[in-house]
Amino acid sequence: MLCDQCKERDAVVHLTQIVNAEVTQLHLCEKCAAAKGIETTVSMPKHPLGDFLHAVQQQTSPSYGDQSRCAYCGTSLRDFRASGRLGCAQCYTAFEGALRELLRRVHGAARHRGREVETPVVAVVAGSELDALRVALQQAVVAEEFELAAKLRDQIRALE
Amino acid sequence: MTLDLSLLPDGGMSWITASGPHADIVLSSRVRLARNVAGVSFSPRASDGDRLRVLQQVREAAAHSALLAGAVLVRVDELTANERRLLHERHLVSRELAELDAAVARSGSAVLVGDEAALMVNEEDHLRLQVFRSGFDISGAWERASRLERDLEAHLPLAYHPEFGFLTSCPTNVGTGLRASVLVHLPGLVLTQEIGKVLTGLQQMGLTYRGLYGEGSEVVGNFFQISNQTTLGRAEDELCDHLARVVAHVISRESEARRVLSRDAGYIIEDKLWRAYGTLRYARSLGAEEALNLLSGVRLAVGMFLLGGLSVYTLNKLLVFSQTAHLSLVEGRPLTEVEANLARARYVRSALAAEAGGA
Repeated sequence: MLCDQCKERDAVVHLTQIVNAEVTQLHLCEKCAAAKGIETTVSMPKHPLGDFLHAVQQQTSPSYGDQSRCAYCGTSLRDFRASGRLGCAQCYTAFEGALRELLRRVHGAARHRGREVETPVVAVVAGSELDALRVALQQAVVAEEFELAAKLRDQIRALE
Repeated sequence: MTLDLSLLPDGGMSWITASGPHADIVLSSRVRLARNVAGVSFSPRASDGDRLRVLQQVREAAAHSALLAGAVLVRVDELTANERRLLHERHLVSRELAELDAAVARSGSAVLVGDEAALMVNEEDHLRLQVFRSGFDISGAWERASRLERDLEAHLPLAYHPEFGFLTSCPTNVGTGLRASVLVHLPGLVLTQEIGKVLTGLQQMGLTYRGLYGEGSEVVGNFFQISNQTTLGRAEDELCDHLARVVAHVISRESEARRVLSRDAGYIIEDKLWRAYGTLRYARSLGAEEALNLLSGVRLAVGMFLLGGLSVYTLNKLLVFSQTAHLSLVEGRPLTEVEANLARARYVRSALAAEAGGA
């Protein structure tokens, strides 16, 4: 292979350069290479979170309506699709079906196989009305008593 | 609050010593675990009061871990933008926690810096526990991270789901919440054009790569951060072992590429690397990216035994301390780009002059 620069001598140094998102490959002979700097760089993969958001947005299964909200923190599936962030631990229960599908696409699995812990019981701190309400809210959500949950959520918001 | 870096154990950078295995190619190994406190919305959604309570709970739990004995708490929400940038340049806080572009950081955001481990509090997850090790030592990082987690867990109820594992703000971290990564320097593979194949291979093996400063950062100076892509469906030690096996292979490919370079392009490479050293040693103005590229050349020269008298420790130090927030700290004021370039060249010149001896 001949040197890209002088087109006379054999190329011995091969450089990949990116200038303004243009990838160029340079094959240089000894002399021309010596005249160049040593700056080298390579391209980045697509932003991993970008890929993930794309997967989230593509998931348009009608059975998981955008309107459904987490009763604990108020995050909607629409919020999640926009930001890629869930609002609280309870969201994983609220959007379980949609998430299971998404996790399978993102991780290639939907079941945890790492370290296990006992599901923690949230202790009620004596005298803290707010904490007691939060625990009651969590229990109401687990029991799918959504009317009670909404009432508790309003009480919590008023206290906060 | 003003940030006093001298209070941080090892300045928060014990990895910088270059004492670990393969330190000329692998700068550091890191394991981070994302965790949330049960019963509280994730940090971005939580109220100010909730975030402060989480911080308090984490502080109390951390007092029970030997790995965090003597750790210093830095309230990121009380720091100036330059101080937050400084912590980011030291890899102590993520871009998200540092909120580099914001006037103030999220209330309750903090980092607890110990000898061997650090905790980021109220990042997108309540808790990001991380352990850095010098050189190639993923198993050492995992062993400590795991120990630290158990210490904390005994005093902190964590959000956990029997099917999905540890719950995180972003589902890309759910399950183990584990991200193991190594910061590697691969100029040999870049110069011999093998890098494309290696990076494609990494992705096929379920790993991913980023730049020097993790998510969203550019690859500059041939520094790559390689980490596991997925966190769910495999056990923690499997994820760490897999990364370690692949990285060991990448290290041997890089070493092989360096042998090929010195065999086939001996004096050309030698000349280039000495020119890089010469520029760093005598330039009067150095751009941030330019400095990283030149430091990459000098690092390769040291790794190929072309340049003696310069330690990998000094090279690691130059990488961190030649960045803008660190230069601003030394100069005692915020710097314009031109001023930073002048200050950078001054700093690099003096550091290299102090260790001169290779020529």
